[in-house]
Amino acid sequence: MSANPQLDSQGRLQHLLTIDGLPASIITQILNTAQHFKETGADSKKLPLLAGKSVFNLFFEPSTRTRTTFEIAAKRLSADVINLNVAASSQSKGETLLDTVDNLSAMSADMFVVRHAESGAAHMIARHVAPGIHVVNAGDGRHAHPTQALLDMFTIRHFKGSFENLRVAIIGDVLHSRVARSQIHALTTLKVPEVRVIAPKTLIPKDVEHMGVHVYHDMETGLKDVDVVMTLRLQNERMNGALLPSREEFFKYYGLTQEKLSAARPDAIVMHPGPMNRGVEIDSAVADGPQSVILSQVTFGIFVRMAVMAILAENT
Amino acid sequence: MKILIRGARLIDATQKLDKVGDLCIAAGRVIGVDRTPEGFTPNRTIDAQGLIVAPGLVDLSARLREPGFEYLATLESEMAAAVAGGVTSLACPPDTDPTLDEPGLVEMLKYRAQGLNQCRVFPIGALTAGLEGQRITEMAELRDAGCLGFSQAMRPIADTQVLARALAYAATFNFCVWLQPQDAHLGHGGFAHDGEVASRLGLAAIPVTAETVAIATILLLMRETGARVHFCRISSARGLDMIHEARKEGLPVTCDVGVHHLHLSEMDIGWFDSNCHLSPPLRSIRDRDALRAAACNGLIDAICSDHSPVDEDTKQVPFAESSIGATGLELLLPLTLKWGKERGLGLGETLERVTAKPAQILGIAAGTLQEGSLADICIFDPNAEWKVEAASIVSQGKNTPFLGYNMQGRVQYTLVGGQLIFDRSPKNNKNA
Repeated sequence: MSANPQLDSQGRLQHLLTIDGLPASIITQILNTAQHFKETGADSKKLPLLAGKSVFNLFFEPSTRTRTTFEIAAKRLSADVINLNVAASSQSKGETLLDTVDNLSAMSADMFVVRHAESGAAHMIARHVAPGIHVVNAGDGRHAHPTQALLDMFTIRHFKGSFENLRVAIIGDVLHSRVARSQIHALTTLKVPEVRVIAPKTLIPKDVEHMGVHVYHDMETGLKDVDVVMTLRLQNERMNGALLPSREEFFKYYGLTQEKLSAARPDAIVMHPGPMNRGVEIDSAVADGPQSVILSQVTFGIFVRMAVMAILAENT
Repeated sequence: MKILIRGARLIDATQKLDKVGDLCIAAGRVIGVDRTPEGFTPNRTIDAQGLIVAPGLVDLSARLREPGFEYLATLESEMAAAVAGGVTSLACPPDTDPTLDEPGLVEMLKYRAQGLNQCRVFPIGALTAGLEGQRITEMAELRDAGCLGFSQAMRPIADTQVLARALAYAATFNFCVWLQPQDAHLGHGGFAHDGEVASRLGLAAIPVTAETVAIATILLLMRETGARVHFCRISSARGLDMIHEARKEGLPVTCDVGVHHLHLSEMDIGWFDSNCHLSPPLRSIRDRDALRAAACNGLIDAICSDHSPVDEDTKQVPFAESSIGATGLELLLPLTLKWGKERGLGLGETLERVTAKPAQILGIAAGTLQEGSLADICIFDPNAEWKVEAASIVSQGKNTPFLGYNMQGRVQYTLVGGQLIFDRSPKNNKNA
């Protein structure tokens, strides 16, 4: 394995591309910085940490929530934010990804927040940009969505205090999920003793056990005594075909209902990265119920993204 | 032209030869091995002390990209790369544009190659028209035009009935069918071995079953049709087990491996290194080790470069979007030597995998230094170290997973038909 491309020679964060290989100390630093922003009311006043810096939101794939929270986070740090919906502009004119990046770099970008449909796109951009320009992966293919996983860790720590005694279950389409991969790396790096994934065999990646998780195929045993339940979004195009026969059958066997949730610990929290498919991976009664912390995830996401950008700017 | 190669270590597995001596060449053929025929007076003497003289390499798969992909590489550039790598005969797969499915195209390619007077080029004809897997080609006509085998390159036939008929038709004429075992559906849309690395990186995957299901199908059809099959680019331990069983049963089956697969595994993808985007995919370390052992014990007959020059720009994109392939002609010798050395295999047996054995599979008189044979010869310095860099590669394709690596073993001279075609001495070669 080549050297970790997101750290500099002193081990400082230069890009946030994946949780895979990120030291626990950096994850904790990000969570603590986010905590600081939360406690000091950084949601109501602007901080000057990114003043004079330009953050380019480079979205090759549509997104509302992630792009918006990155934009809010950057603006609260006083950055100039430029949103580019690349899918609709240069790429359709045949410009290559790296040409696009070069052109924006020439407009003195300091940071790129990148979302792309292909795994590895953010890594490639990070390898290409000049030193001092930071890349934040806002989701690449099936590979990674590190800020989502970090905000999930922030949420877990907020509600559960620590990670050392938890049992966590991730339910649904692990195979195609960048969120699940980043969550698994974050949970195992933070020493969560038991991480489970629950899904039919068609949605479990090969050798996923090597990532440190236990595989379950039924909800009742998979959810037994867990402290945290993390549901995943099931993409529409996966619902009918050779992976799953129908959304109805998926919901019946793997949709999170109050009844299935009762196997978990009574104080278990329920999370979802959004946007939710109610009645597919999660029942409305659970999504809106007392154990759901889904809206807290969204709020915390801003603090976590602020923390990531602030730390990267400090490491310039 | 009479050439005397003096003082070299002569290596040739076909005559169990390994000794220091002279080699005499006249009228394009070897006329004296470790002896000077009476009255032989050379026009040219090559002092080869400290060098190894071996049969010219025979490469079972090198894409020259002509016709159709001249922007990637040309016959000129790739044949020059071949001789710089000591390759004197090569088979080129039919996945050109248009595909090699008509005798005229094959004749044109052979004619062009002959005119360039570098290495020998042996086209492999398309098994089905346009490699589309629907209509079989005029195999007998293609053979008459110069095709030594028939292949689908990297495009499996989805319709098993067509495959069965193509094998039966080829068997009619006792033609060898070259197939890269790859199920048309399993692993479709995948880019990397279905294992730990693809799972971690979130790359759509190609399972081992894509290979084994295809091998099973082909072996069953071989029994039925009596076809001879050469399996190209075996990548998995399980695939090897099946071929081993078929051999024991007496089926006429041979196989080769790409030289990259003897050294690399899925782990080498690291963080999305698109230079490791190959077909078949680099598999697990266990698979790689099985391939290394099988090439050693003879289950794998031949090692090929699987040379596939690609455009640099098409590797500067996310892994899944990147072109498949790597440059290989100039790495075949050093990488084979490295494998042989690491396995403790003698030089004769090591080189046999890239000379006599592939020549046998192709059915050509090459891969030997025996007196009377064509003087296709590779003279290399086994100790020369060189660094793999864009500037040190002659091929137009510069992409390789070994970029930046040091290689040991470098070709000094290449002779084809008794002519000195390549000479690395600085005064003779700007690429040296």
